[in-house]
Amino acid sequence: MTNSFGEFHKAKMFFVIGSNMTEAHPVASTFLKNAVQSGARLIVADPRAHKLVDFAELHLPLKVGSDIALLNGLMHVLIKEELYDKKFVQSCTVDFENLKAQAENYPPEKAAEITGIPAEKIVDAARRLASVKPVMLCYTLGITEHTCGKNNVMSVANLQMLLGNMGMECGGVNPLRGQNNVQGACDMGALPNVYCGYQAVTDPKAKEKFEKVWGVEGLSDKVGLMIPQMMDGLVDKKVRAFYIFGENLANTEPDIRKVEHELASAEFLVVQDIFRNETTRFAHVILPGCAWSENNGTFTNSERRVNRVRKASEPPGISKPNWWIFKQIAKRFGHEWESSTGQEIWDNEVSAFSPNFFGIRYNRIEGDGLQWPCTDECHPGTSFLHKEGKFTCGLGNFQSVEWTPPAEVECEEYPLVLSTGRRLYHYHTRTQTGRCEGLNDLLGEETADISLEDAENLGIEDKEYIKVKSRRGEVTVRARVTPEVPKGMVWMAFHFREGNANWLTNPAFDPVTLTAEYKACAVRIEKQ
Amino acid sequence: MKPSFILNGRTVSFVKGQSILEAAEAANVPIPSLCHMKGASPTGNCGVCVVDMNGEEVLACSTPANEGIAVRTQTPAIVALRKERIKELLDSGNHNCAIGSSDNGDWANFQQNVQASDGATELCPAWGDCRLQELAYEYQVTGGGHQDYTVRQYPEKKDEPLIIRDYSRCIRCGRCVAACNEIQVNLAIDTGFLEEDPFSNPDKAYPVAKDNCVYCGECIQACPVGALVERKARYQFRPWKAEKIRTTCPYCGVGCQQMLHVVDGKIAKVTGVEEGAPNKGRLCVKGRFGYDFIYSDERLTNPLIRNNDGTFRDASWDEALDLVANKFKEAIDKYGPDSVAGVSCARSINEDSYQMMKLFRSVFKTNNIDHCART
Repeated sequence: MTNSFGEFHKAKMFFVIGSNMTEAHPVASTFLKNAVQSGARLIVADPRAHKLVDFAELHLPLKVGSDIALLNGLMHVLIKEELYDKKFVQSCTVDFENLKAQAENYPPEKAAEITGIPAEKIVDAARRLASVKPVMLCYTLGITEHTCGKNNVMSVANLQMLLGNMGMECGGVNPLRGQNNVQGACDMGALPNVYCGYQAVTDPKAKEKFEKVWGVEGLSDKVGLMIPQMMDGLVDKKVRAFYIFGENLANTEPDIRKVEHELASAEFLVVQDIFRNETTRFAHVILPGCAWSENNGTFTNSERRVNRVRKASEPPGISKPNWWIFKQIAKRFGHEWESSTGQEIWDNEVSAFSPNFFGIRYNRIEGDGLQWPCTDECHPGTSFLHKEGKFTCGLGNFQSVEWTPPAEVECEEYPLVLSTGRRLYHYHTRTQTGRCEGLNDLLGEETADISLEDAENLGIEDKEYIKVKSRRGEVTVRARVTPEVPKGMVWMAFHFREGNANWLTNPAFDPVTLTAEYKACAVRIEKQ
Repeated sequence: MKPSFILNGRTVSFVKGQSILEAAEAANVPIPSLCHMKGASPTGNCGVCVVDMNGEEVLACSTPANEGIAVRTQTPAIVALRKERIKELLDSGNHNCAIGSSDNGDWANFQQNVQASDGATELCPAWGDCRLQELAYEYQVTGGGHQDYTVRQYPEKKDEPLIIRDYSRCIRCGRCVAACNEIQVNLAIDTGFLEEDPFSNPDKAYPVAKDNCVYCGECIQACPVGALVERKARYQFRPWKAEKIRTTCPYCGVGCQQMLHVVDGKIAKVTGVEEGAPNKGRLCVKGRFGYDFIYSDERLTNPLIRNNDGTFRDASWDEALDLVANKFKEAIDKYGPDSVAGVSCARSINEDSYQMMKLFRSVFKTNNIDHCART
């Protein structure tokens, strides 16, 4: 997030696109709802009429995967009616002419055709967005989990730069991160292209720096594999030994049958986790790690805030802190690592080697955490980025993008679109929430959420078992007939092994980020 | 110059728009209240925050601080009024805790009878964690005016997951209503429930709109008495036995600050850290109730190595780690460093991801390290 949760309650207007915040980020949504109750305005763009829509002055129910057409349509209106922030565009951005030319191709009528939202509603939305400053834009995986995910992100950034809503309090582009420490795992360099603190592996200076601080030679300057490439590598033998730490890939990746074939092909697979799960079935070695609250460390939340995580319980049996396990493996390769507590790892290594986290030390985050960039030990942290329109790269670069449809679209055989996501009462594959007393009572099985119209046309009753089929598989689940879902859509989650949406989802990926298109594939439903 | 008023003889400044209660709190003069809820509109339901303003009795929560007023918070008359109000609240329901042993010749038997009516072998589940009880002790008010403590006015509502409601102990302060409607904005608790004798009509005895309730438990955290209690924590511990440990929620990316109430090395209850950023005391259903997975019998407790028949056997750390290291060495020696790959965990702590990244880069000499940020 460029901005912070602490700004929500005082924001003047929100544009929420592809984010079912009340279920996926419930506490964040409470601050947004507080703001709306005290007069802030809210526009929601989402195929579903989820709970937040009840609080919105305008709902833009776009067709799944048509975000770029909507955003380009909005920008078309803003440019044509000269409602954009000319001063910001002039002084803080480059390549406006390209954006203008691209937006030219998306008059509201064309955007309407692609998105299914009436042209006048798009014009209305654009005018509303231009009428308040700043507008805080929030998105979640509804933007990223598409084959055009990267372009979707570019497009929301374009809109906010065009409106001049960057670099100020209560504005910005705010992706709400789905997992407690997905921000942190990125920050730590658990990515194939960067060391901790986003220092590129291809940068000779960074390579030299880490060779020096780690006391090693020959660090690779070649960008590594991303998860989908690793999975392919298990089959084509480019990957001979595979290490999975705390991910239940067998349930979370698209097309479970394909994933399981890949995992079964592994020559040697280590899984380090806290429970046996669908993925450990394929392991050659299973290592028991500590869970949350069994050792000391930090998480970094969506707003870049590094918070302490503290030990409250002893880990069961002889399970060990995960960092200890990695250290012991390094030792078997002749590497003696000094740090032997969470604090030593953070204070002496992570923070010391990463300019952006340099001012964050355990003794400064005993209470509230600090938000990076935090570059020295007196730095108060950064609640919003790009202050006064100054971007990391200098000027904000408009990167105009063309709309592309999802990889798999509806057809005669599979006439509905399946979109997936998270539900309130469970988390991912339920390895945790499925073992918490009470939560299964609130949600005990997966459902396929369908519209009233489709239910009526197919003669399906609420709670009736139905079959959902895609080109990759089929599941039997109860129908949940709900006005939240538009005609033509099936909506499911991936919390339960039975009825898991990933038996159906399409392993088609954004060509740059290799993020899978969880939000769109073609399915059909049948009565049992 | 900041505007100011006289508080207990001292000049204190205030911010325009602050109530007397808020201004006094900012000046470190706490005024007791049972219904005041930070961030919500004042209701004046409990009446305990009564103060003397220029000789007039007013409620500090709903009276704005004003230039030139003189407020006294502890005059004999005010204390007497406050005691009266506390007594009324004690007598309004099953608040047996405040009945002193001198009031009743057989205190132990009396309490046991009350417990029996609760179907429990313990004192009120909120005993020791009850604002009304605290005030009763502070102001030396004893109860006893309630009709019959061993006969429940209303049955406990135990048919829901996670929350147990006991309206016999409700003082109708309205904090749960504010928590639900103004703080979390779930709009699940019917405000009609603050009306006179709201539970007498069985149809209205359940003031919660089931469809809107998302079990965030904010109402429990707001409840100053024993009317709303966590099912999982009920009767499990008394607050003085719990160590409080602040930590960060392990679910979504908001990073809510939690207070773990830990008894004998086990989390017994979770609440939000009231002033902590970013959640300011709020939690959702998973943050508040999703902690006990760590005590599951199904936890992995030992390294495991797969047998040829696909089953697993226990191994020592040395054996398991030697095997992992040898297999990775073998692959690297034979096929090069890029023949190994790893996926880190977006759930675990930063320090774990850093170590795994360091292992792959500095030891294995590959950048084949990723995690599920892209999925």
